[in-house]
Amino acid sequence: MPTTFLDFEKPIADLEGAIMELRHRGNGEGVDIAEEVSRLQAKVERQLRATYAKLTPWQRVQVARHPERPHALRYIETLVSEYTPLAGDRAFAEDAAIVGGLGRFRGRPCLVIGQEKGDDTESRIRHNFGMVKPEGYRKAQRLMKLADRFGLPVITFVDTAGAYPGVDAEARGQAEAIARSIEVCLELGVPLVSLVIGEGGSGGAVALAAANRVLMLEHAVYSVITPEGCASILWRSADAAQEAAEALRLTSDDLKKLGVCDAVIPEPLGGAHRDPEAAIKAAGDALETELTSLDGMDAATLRQHRRDKFLAMGQKGL
Amino acid sequence: MNWLTNFVRPKLRALVARKEAPENLWLKCPNCEQMLFHRDLEANQQVCNQCNHHLRIKPAARLSQLFDDGKYETHALPRTVLDPLKFRDRKRYTDRLKEAQAENGANAEALVVASGKLGGYQAVVSVCDFAFMGGSMGIAVGEGLLMAAGLAIDNQAPLIVFSASGGARMQEAILSLMQMPRTTIAVQRVKEAGLPYIVVLTDPTTGGVTASFAMLGDIHIAEPGALIGFSGQRVIQDTIRETLPPGFQRAEYQFDHGMVDMIVHRHKMRDTLIRLVNLLLKRPAEEDLPAAA
Ligand SMILES: [Zn+2]
Repeated sequence: MPTTFLDFEKPIADLEGAIMELRHRGNGEGVDIAEEVSRLQAKVERQLRATYAKLTPWQRVQVARHPERPHALRYIETLVSEYTPLAGDRAFAEDAAIVGGLGRFRGRPCLVIGQEKGDDTESRIRHNFGMVKPEGYRKAQRLMKLADRFGLPVITFVDTAGAYPGVDAEARGQAEAIARSIEVCLELGVPLVSLVIGEGGSGGAVALAAANRVLMLEHAVYSVITPEGCASILWRSADAAQEAAEALRLTSDDLKKLGVCDAVIPEPLGGAHRDPEAAIKAAGDALETELTSLDGMDAATLRQHRRDKFLAMGQKGL
Repeated sequence: MNWLTNFVRPKLRALVARKEAPENLWLKCPNCEQMLFHRDLEANQQVCNQCNHHLRIKPAARLSQLFDDGKYETHALPRTVLDPLKFRDRKRYTDRLKEAQAENGANAEALVVASGKLGGYQAVVSVCDFAFMGGSMGIAVGEGLLMAAGLAIDNQAPLIVFSASGGARMQEAILSLMQMPRTTIAVQRVKEAGLPYIVVLTDPTTGGVTASFAMLGDIHIAEPGALIGFSGQRVIQDTIRETLPPGFQRAEYQFDHGMVDMIVHRHKMRDTLIRLVNLLLKRPAEEDLPAAA
């Protein structure tokens, strides 16, 4: 049971609160509460099903940003054995907003990279809330080139509100770092599969996702700008974030229709944060399928495949 | 007196209006506030003759300053899907596009692709138009750059891009973001063909354009004082609450931080580009060539 409830999950929070209360009281008085608990649990499930079946784009943004949603390191630790983190850009610094290293994904030696948001105050600060600085993108480039040299497939886990907008990031060439990362992605002679696990925030996300296959979790979002940012520019009011979220077409189903996303991975009932293990397993299965589909392609074919995929985009609208 | 006010002035005004003269014959320099006569400004390539401030300049003026004898050919951008997402904010995107085309020309977009002779050799030049929806990059700009790359390769010519953009075209949402990899592919093709790709960063170049094709040049030139960066200054101030250092994100700042090779005055742009291209392509020096016809 999550401990953070989103605004629209209030009725669910109330029901789950009632269940906890019953259990607590039941323990003391020795009465049979099992029947009442299971009745309430069925109600929770119905409510979750109803709510999550028709999430608005803005609600999806909330789910994608849910603090208890599994983040990149959890995917890596669950899916990748012998995970061996690598660090640093060899030029300026180590940026913990980018995590990555060598490991074995379902038996296959590979290289994984992720944007890590952190799960508590301390780790959020350490990972800079998943907002990558130039040194992070340069570290990602270094790791991708390493994978290329040794013929290892690359998996990236995308989850960022956007590249870090700071004076120091600009001073060290944030724009160049992102541009070069896109270029490196497109040059790889090894399979590159990207999975948007939460927020795919603008250039900061595409820097790791110019991939052969781009997957999204069902409630993940991928957008050119945050709904809040879009609202304040185009509507001149941050209050219009809900409308902006709708206009931006940032949900996995819309992006699938547009050919930006190749496959959508269904999430457990109530979102990945309600059953992270199940969500991660489903993601692993999908990644394995995609990697297998790229098996046997040589370097030139992989590069061409990636180019063709991006060149085909935008030929049709919704 | 009467003759002057009743006859000459209206007649002059009519004449001037017909010849699409600027609304104001005098323009205040945004930097030093000196009043500048529009013809002087034009003659000086839109550079303030008092403080050297480089004013923003329309693609047509830019191209005629650049090519030999001011002669060049423009290439229509490929047809693309208009308003693929049926985007509407306070206004419809289609209406915003119509307004921008009413101001900038019937088939205008935020990119102009041209080719012609530069120092006697064929060159392809793409110029972003900041006056068209803030130079924002959507599908049309992406397709335009891909076309420009194709032209350069077909003609074995260098590709020179003058960047100016507020970033991605938000009304094309994710499809505008996808122009970052798409324009990167355009650049890769030029590079793979062994042809020079030179970027001239002009005021302002920000967002997704900077973070894609504008930062991938073989050589980066900036115009003096041009704003060049990824994040907008207000975004940086609002979200990070940092004070911005003086000259932040200006061409000189980017030069000091290693992001551009040189800052070149507009008067010297043509000569500089010719020299760079000729050196990269191992051509003879310009003075050794027969005089251009
Ligand atoms: Zn001036």
